[in-house]
Amino acid sequence: MRQTIKLKVNGVERQDDVEPRMLLVHYLRDRLNLTGTHVGCDTGQCGACTVLLNGEAVKSCMVLAVQANGAEVSTVESLARGTEYHPVQQAFWDMHGLQCGFCTPGMMMAAVGLLKRNPNPTDDEIREQLEGNLCRCTGYQNIVAAVRSAAEKMQSTPAAAPVTAGASGE
Amino acid sequence: MYSGDFAYYAPTSLGEMLTLLNNAKPEVKVLAGGQSLIPLLKLRLASPATLIDASQVPDLRMIADSGNTITLGAMTTYFQAIDSPLVQQRCPLIIQALRQVGDPQVRARGTIGGSLAHADPAGDLPAVAMALDAEIHAVSSNGERSIAAANFFTDVLTTALQPNEVLKSVSFTATDQPATGTAYVKHRHPASGYAVVGVAAVVRLGADGTCQEARVGITGAGAHAARARGVEQALAGKTLDEAALDAACASAADGLDLMSDTYASDEFRAHLTRVLAKRALAEAASRAHSQA
Repeated sequence: MRQTIKLKVNGVERQDDVEPRMLLVHYLRDRLNLTGTHVGCDTGQCGACTVLLNGEAVKSCMVLAVQANGAEVSTVESLARGTEYHPVQQAFWDMHGLQCGFCTPGMMMAAVGLLKRNPNPTDDEIREQLEGNLCRCTGYQNIVAAVRSAAEKMQSTPAAAPVTAGASGE
Repeated sequence: MYSGDFAYYAPTSLGEMLTLLNNAKPEVKVLAGGQSLIPLLKLRLASPATLIDASQVPDLRMIADSGNTITLGAMTTYFQAIDSPLVQQRCPLIIQALRQVGDPQVRARGTIGGSLAHADPAGDLPAVAMALDAEIHAVSSNGERSIAAANFFTDVLTTALQPNEVLKSVSFTATDQPATGTAYVKHRHPASGYAVVGVAAVVRLGADGTCQEARVGITGAGAHAARARGVEQALAGKTLDEAALDAACASAADGLDLMSDTYASDEFRAHLTRVLAKRALAEAASRAHSQA
């Protein structure tokens, strides 16, 4: 029994018929071709599929697409404005916060979520609040440095901190 | 990873939800935040024919001051509870425990009611519900009833809720009285973060500094959360020094139907229960002293 869902993804209104058992991550990747959101473990452990749902970082493999009916979803594709990187993206670049890059979209969306809740976190708080995201390459040092760097930049120039849910278009 | 097929309903009122619950094709599961249920569906450890999503029912969302207690609607998320000034002030134990649940993404979606109704033997909140003498309010088309936390958890993933009942809200005893302190201490499973053992403690001291009341809730050790009544009774009237805590907590694991797995044997769980009970009580007592 298919259900009709209406939601806003990266600022664009969408309407689709989905099976109730379809996960949000599959809806984003397979229906909308937003493949920046990765499927890592598919068991809620790794955080690679993290997106913002109504402004909060969630694991899109633990949300049904039907649960996002009426909601606003932001994926990693919403971060950059044209060729201008979001401060979190720029900070991951500057601080070399990745190696293979598989965890990076989820890591960045979790970082955006944590900076919304805590704009000026300590290193300990960053580590604690990224515990839902696994990285098998970096040992996390540069990821923590990147989040700290992004926080500093967003504090000093709040205008450079877009990304409210669905703020930027495609 | 896809779950089995199911019919999905998202009722917009409690009445509609209860009607669906009575009439829908079994097995019916209520979907709260989904942070436990959706993984179970994907692994096909649960294959309900019907899923009723509680997220659109306004009556299940509230945080209210009820005098001696605070009441949280079943669909209150962990973040909503953590961010609530009322919960922070009147039940800091809930905050301390919820900050240790899962990870931030789980805390954004996971709910108070979902956690209690799911009754994971390693969940954190059941220990808190025990120590705060929570009353769980259930509703069905026959009316409402309240279930004491001590009678709510009956087995692994099993509660006193009837198939036609919905967990509506939970009232937790407030602990913002003078000379009262609380603490939640857990041994995290290194991979999952679940409580291998977790202990929630409430301590109220008298004018002479002795223990007037202690309440201790234990999770992770046995098939379901439990009160450590023996410990509580042993501490009544005592000065909570090292010796008194040691003596009382020696019996913390007595009477528990201890679980055993590859990470922690029943013997190790019993040891953790005694050690963590002492730590939680000492931390609660120290907070009670500073509130005196």
